[in-house]
Amino acid sequence: MAERTVTIASAHGLHARPASLFVQAVNAAGIPVELTKGEKTLNAASILGVISLGIEHGDQVTLRAEGDGADAVLDQLAALLTTDHDA
Amino acid sequence: MSGVLQTMVLQGVGIGRGLAVGPILRMPEPLAEPGDEPSALAPDAEKVRVAGALAATAADIRLRGERAGGSAKDVLDAQAFMAEDPTLRDDVNARIDSGKTGERAVFEAFAAFRDLLVSMGGYMGERATDLDDVSQRVVAHLRGVPAPGVPDPDHPFVLIARDLAPADTALLDLDKVLALITSDGGPTSHTAILAREKAIVAIVGAVGALDLPDGETVIVDASRGVVTVAPSDEERAAAEATIAARAAVADVPIGPGALADGTPVPLLANLGSVDKLAEAIEKGAEGVGLFRTEFLFLDSEHAPTIAEQQAKYTALLQGFAGKKVVVRALDAGADKPLSFLNDEPEENPALGLRGLRALRAHEVILRDQLTALANAAADTTAELWVMAPMVSTVEETRYFVALARELGIKTAGVMVEVPASALLADRILADADFASIGTNDLTQYTLAADRLLGSVASFQDPWHPAVLRLVGEVGRAGAALGKPVGICGEAAADPMLAVVLVGLGATSLSMSPAALADVRAELARFTRAQAQEFAELALSANSAVEARAAVLSAATPLTTQPTESE
Repeated sequence: MAERTVTIASAHGLHARPASLFVQAVNAAGIPVELTKGEKTLNAASILGVISLGIEHGDQVTLRAEGDGADAVLDQLAALLTTDHDA
Repeated sequence: MSGVLQTMVLQGVGIGRGLAVGPILRMPEPLAEPGDEPSALAPDAEKVRVAGALAATAADIRLRGERAGGSAKDVLDAQAFMAEDPTLRDDVNARIDSGKTGERAVFEAFAAFRDLLVSMGGYMGERATDLDDVSQRVVAHLRGVPAPGVPDPDHPFVLIARDLAPADTALLDLDKVLALITSDGGPTSHTAILAREKAIVAIVGAVGALDLPDGETVIVDASRGVVTVAPSDEERAAAEATIAARAAVADVPIGPGALADGTPVPLLANLGSVDKLAEAIEKGAEGVGLFRTEFLFLDSEHAPTIAEQQAKYTALLQGFAGKKVVVRALDAGADKPLSFLNDEPEENPALGLRGLRALRAHEVILRDQLTALANAAADTTAELWVMAPMVSTVEETRYFVALARELGIKTAGVMVEVPASALLADRILADADFASIGTNDLTQYTLAADRLLGSVASFQDPWHPAVLRLVGEVGRAGAALGKPVGICGEAAADPMLAVVLVGLGATSLSMSPAALADVRAELARFTRAQAQEFAELALSANSAVEARAAVLSAATPLTTQPTESE
């Protein structure tokens, strides 16, 4: 199980466009990815799940995945989350 | 049906300054809620139907996104992901397993997520419209009926809706839709954002608009946020004359901005990159009043080097050879944080380490930027002015001006966005070479209303007498000390307010290039004495609405009969 904990960079958090970019990347990755904020963990391919976590700028979230290429996928997703897409 | 109502007015928040007259048409009512009777199909058959409808809806929304392009595409892509959402699909399938129809299961699953978003409030709540829209489209697909959408009559019309979904606004036929009116939605709703982007006449949050009968004639005046329902013949004729006059204004030859008595009021452009330079020059910008430098720093993990910055600044200054170019030092923080500048998350970033405060905490970034600017100025003939963002104190002013001089900047000023610096403008302008008032932030800070939050949008009005009084303080200090006072916020782009700002002592106005023609025409209608009289009227009002109404009514006889005022 690979794991990354990152701090959200987008000024408005993970809503609308940044959430859409993130979910698009998760879907393209082709392996199941879990997203955890606080106590809640859900399927990172779910835009509604991601939006409903209410992730704000500066929040810490954890990504988890298993299987072939999990580390590379998580590195790519972590880079996405630490870029400010609302700029 | 026209003319069945007494003349009445509805008040909302206008987007832009457009004016339109025409018959109204309402968006079709949403589809009726699917009934909760047991499904006649086996669960697996229902699931196949729903999977097909979700996929088809996602494909349809993506196609609309492709056709619309721009920021509409981003919003529509997000909606397509909602239709394909695995968590939602699991929820729908679970409801089908309990015996519900596909329609009912889709309706309930989307509604559950919608309620969750609404309960989160703020920006989340405004996304609920997106979800409702997707839900309706999927249900329509399952029923085999057309998706709800914008009506398409064979004549121009004013569209009325509760709030428009992105899928609707993106594909509006601008040859037919004269204006938009929504009963819900704030100035940060999709309707407002897209109306602004596409220059559609729009008023949002006009309570009561949904009760108007189709076909009734309305006058939509976005500059005042007023919808006049069933106008008198005189009102209608006046509005049509104004629309014609404004269209004619676009043909007025471009020249320097000036009042009717010849007092020059240079009209400058707000630019965020060198790409828009040609457009600004074409529209007659006499220079740049606000050049935002954030674009050089965003999307990068480190500040760009002096050489990289200098190349960009040189390109900008060469485009305005011999003219004034006011560059704002990096304004990061609050709504636009940078990883290398804003390291600590803040509870309340608008009141945190932003603007000059952030630069001062990372002085090397400020030093590099000022050095690159001074080098670029030395290579070109443009007149470079540099200003610091978000200055709150005299001490900060002295710090910035001293550093700028040390690094070779000839003209160094400050932005007045914080009420404290407006109130002490006489002291601040004693040290700074000029001031430029950022009316968006000044309004946000004066009225304690987040610029990005729809729920407090009614407070975000630069016509508020408290904001205008602060502008007047800066204008008075500038006049007493012989220092220029510019305006570089949205307020300068509102033609009537622009005249008031000049009356309060603004010596130049900077705005998005698209607004230059209207402001230039409005300034030319009034003398300095009239502008000062309007400013007094606005200052003595009790609210933004009263201030605007008082000035418009004083100016109206003059605007409709310009020959008498000359």
